[in-house]
Amino acid sequence: MKRKEIATVVSQEQIASDVYSMWIQTEQIAEEAKPGQFISLYCADKSRLLPRPISLCEIDRGKGRVRLVYRVVGKGTDEFSRLRAGDTVEILGPLGNGFPLEEARGKRVLLMGGGIGIPPMLETAKQLDAEKMIVSGYRDELFLTEDFAEAGELYLAVEHPGEGVICTEGNVLDAVRENELEADVIFACGPTPMLRAIKSYALEKEIPCWISMEEKMACGIGACLACVCQSKEIDGHSHVHNKRICKDGPVFLSTEVEL
Amino acid sequence: MNTKVNIAGVELKNPVMTASGTFGSGAEYSEFVDLNRLGAVVTKGVANVPWPGNPTPRIAEVYGGMLNAIGLQNPGIDVFCERDIPFLKQFDTKIIVNVCGKTTEDYCEVVERLADQDVDLLEINISCPNVKEGGIAFGQDPKAVEAITAELKKRAKQPVIMKLSPNVTDIAEMARAAEAGGADALSLINTLTGMKIDINRRTFAIANKTGGMSGPAVKPIAVRMVYQVANAVKLPIIGMGGISCAEDALEFIMAGATAVSIGTANFYNPCATIETVEGIESYMKKNKIEDIQELIGVVL
Repeated sequence: MKRKEIATVVSQEQIASDVYSMWIQTEQIAEEAKPGQFISLYCADKSRLLPRPISLCEIDRGKGRVRLVYRVVGKGTDEFSRLRAGDTVEILGPLGNGFPLEEARGKRVLLMGGGIGIPPMLETAKQLDAEKMIVSGYRDELFLTEDFAEAGELYLAVEHPGEGVICTEGNVLDAVRENELEADVIFACGPTPMLRAIKSYALEKEIPCWISMEEKMACGIGACLACVCQSKEIDGHSHVHNKRICKDGPVFLSTEVEL
Repeated sequence: MNTKVNIAGVELKNPVMTASGTFGSGAEYSEFVDLNRLGAVVTKGVANVPWPGNPTPRIAEVYGGMLNAIGLQNPGIDVFCERDIPFLKQFDTKIIVNVCGKTTEDYCEVVERLADQDVDLLEINISCPNVKEGGIAFGQDPKAVEAITAELKKRAKQPVIMKLSPNVTDIAEMARAAEAGGADALSLINTLTGMKIDINRRTFAIANKTGGMSGPAVKPIAVRMVYQVANAVKLPIIGMGGISCAEDALEFIMAGATAVSIGTANFYNPCATIETVEGIESYMKKNKIEDIQELIGVVL
């Protein structure tokens, strides 16, 4: 039987204004997890009931650890950001489906991440055996750029770049066009407006595109039906047009969902 | 030690069941809990046809609880009978089907469709606060409660549990109306209508504007209502509202509930049902309680 587990924090560091990077020790999740999957983190303060879904940024099978890079957006994530090496946190996972790496093997792949959708693209890039073009989109402050530079060719898109930053001023698709990047497959994660634009870009280029989506979740395992998205086809669970992001996703073929 | 309880002639191996809408039809949670160990599984509400539910966001966390406005998304009775009942029949637990509808005819259609199905009890949801028609509209007027109960009792082959709303002035009045209509049992409480404003987006936290509040924060209200209803009617009561462990469950049992349902707790502890079963057994052992009947309604 599956159950929640108590993981030990290996390290925690702040890598941008509200962005933290935490490695946790969790042998089983590290063993099973695939890029694009997420885990649920539970708060120690039990007035905050619901688990927070956080994507896996890196998976270290050898050491039995996973890395979470997350933004502090409320009291729950603020609590996580205060955890220090040796502290424990309750978790459940790995959850969701992950990116279909086999669809991109040996091909020219655009890996696009926007904002706090950037972290899951790191492990995806690391595990992908393909010609990788990584495009990371930021509002202003950069993070994880050194990690990405090691995983493939990295292009930066920054809306409000600081002085001396070598990047495209604008969004991820501006960077794709400016650098004349041509791909056979797209993997992307980021805010809905970005995913919507990438979906239409992929349609225009007639290339397959997988996107990782986000919605408020309660259970994280497909039972509560909180985190649905509109799907083109009838879903297998309720036979309507609502796929469950936590269970059927979070990664969907872009043409499969309405954005 | 005897943990068996009886709801309208149906014997449950223990008083712990799931609350409708928090456990699907058991499939997702069967990876976390041995369904054989539960007194009963209460399914997600099922209507005559598939319902798409409400727009997202459908949930929001609040202090010690949550709001939901899922809107009773469900696959309809046909898929339910073909897929979900056979799934649940693999386990040695009782099956309670939660029935929802927009009109009396909708409810009747589902109840009639279930007549030849191998399920143990029907729980009628006349208390969902998140759908425009049906649901709570039936549950806030005693005459409507009595009328729909009587209509369904004429058609149902299984005993009928009416699920009551807490969003009323006097829940005992609704309980008496259900009893007058011929209900075999009552379950309470459904969620309390609430609202949360997202001050950053400057709008409602959930798309439906209001949502049903559940979770540990509502428990004292639910215990009080179970106590009131237990004093008002003779029917067996299934108590629910913020139960997350055996101690919570025992409060409801002592307040007059014959059985209890675990709801929101499943979301933050997928093993909450089993832990409650085990916790009740340890309480009984520790306090030398031979039969759980000794605890039911002990404060009444």
